[in-house]
Amino acid sequence: MVDGDPYTITENILVKPGKGQAFNRVKLKNLKSGRTLERTLKATESLEGADVEERDVDFLYSDGENWHFMEPETFEQHAADSVAVGDAAKWLKGQERCVMTLWNNAPLTIAVPNFVELAVVQTDPGLKGDTAQGGTKPSTLETGTEVKVPLFIEIGDILKIDTRTGEYVSRA
Amino acid sequence: MMIEKENWPPLASLELIKTRARMLRDIRAFFDARDVLEVETPLLASAGTTDPHIESLQTVFAEQRYCLQTSPEHAMKRLLAEHGAAIFQICKVFRDEELGPMHNPEFSMLEWYRPGFDMHPLMTEVEALVTALAGGHLQSFIRLSYRQAFEQYAGLNPHQASAGDCRECALQRGIEQPAGLYEQKDEWLDWLLTQLIFPALPTGQFTFIYDYPASQCALARLKENEQGELVASRFELFYGDTELANGFHELTQAGEQRRRFEADNAARAADNKPQVKIDEYLLAAMASGLPDCSGVALGLDRLLMALNGEASIDRVLAFPWARI
Repeated sequence: MVDGDPYTITENILVKPGKGQAFNRVKLKNLKSGRTLERTLKATESLEGADVEERDVDFLYSDGENWHFMEPETFEQHAADSVAVGDAAKWLKGQERCVMTLWNNAPLTIAVPNFVELAVVQTDPGLKGDTAQGGTKPSTLETGTEVKVPLFIEIGDILKIDTRTGEYVSRA
Repeated sequence: MMIEKENWPPLASLELIKTRARMLRDIRAFFDARDVLEVETPLLASAGTTDPHIESLQTVFAEQRYCLQTSPEHAMKRLLAEHGAAIFQICKVFRDEELGPMHNPEFSMLEWYRPGFDMHPLMTEVEALVTALAGGHLQSFIRLSYRQAFEQYAGLNPHQASAGDCRECALQRGIEQPAGLYEQKDEWLDWLLTQLIFPALPTGQFTFIYDYPASQCALARLKENEQGELVASRFELFYGDTELANGFHELTQAGEQRRRFEADNAARAADNKPQVKIDEYLLAAMASGLPDCSGVALGLDRLLMALNGEASIDRVLAFPWARI
């Protein structure tokens, strides 16, 4: 915990003369905003621990205000607001296995799988035979997200998308 | 501890494994030619180091706790007290809580003692050894007193400055003040050392820093410097900003050594660190008569890094910490 926000330590460098006082230069990532900061501490210092844990959850549905998830083992349900869901909302249609980070038992962030498969609901007509040219056109997926796709993609195609970059990978 | 099965192979290249083997052979030839005797002492001891900034790893035999050595210093001094001969040792040493690009909790140490030497002749011998291990290529060595280094790169006299002066210096030079660092001058000096002095040491060259503050004397004798300030007869060797070796003109008085060990334990208590059993074997050996001598400990993994342009200690170890 730093200034009331939960952080995770992403890097910890030991700074120490052989026979001298040890210091730690730590890089911290804010689990709410994703922003990083650096702190240096005498090695005997400690930061307050945050009550943060990760759970596997399946996406159920969105009611427009909250996104509802369920733990597959315990059937425990969690409702995450748009701040916690963030960009993950672009890739969720139902049944996706996600990792939910809970802070004080409330959803903090949702990590979607690196790859998802989604159907195309809107795009301009395909250009047959143009598989190698590398041109792209806009398309709309069933979640409402827009993705640039190759010219040969048609409505109804199922696409594999890399959620980390938001880019088309292949036809599924 | 996560085991990644694909991490079973050694990390160091065969070339570096051969370079290490050559280095060990060359060290032995160097000391053989100078009539310095190779010795072997136990890795385990019933007492550990009291140094407030070094933690021993421990193990148990027959319900008794033993420390893995953080340096072979105590046992080698017992040999010196009995036989008085110049000795060297190549061994593994262990330090708890020290892990990172420059630290592996288990590492290789070369330590040697020269009866009749004070600090500067021993530094000259370190230069000769490093030059020999660099394949005879002439290396550049600089000698700076701790005071010169601070005056040059931090603009303060470390022997006269207060903790407040050190904080002021950090503030002026845009150095962050670590959480938990308040009024302890030695900790401030260590912090400025790592932030201002180490980075200013010339890259690709070897630098000795000598005459440390009297408060950081450890097992070194005290003396007056040219300005009449009390300093420790202690030196360190750096390659660029990397610390390679630490040497002392050794303290020989048992009573003074006992007072320092007790002061270490008092400092540990103040920092909520565990008390360490004082090594009565060493104190008895010193009381029986330790010859006037200087000694130095050189980290062989870091020397390998320096001589082969490696930036991480993992690259020179067959199996670094993440692979054991």
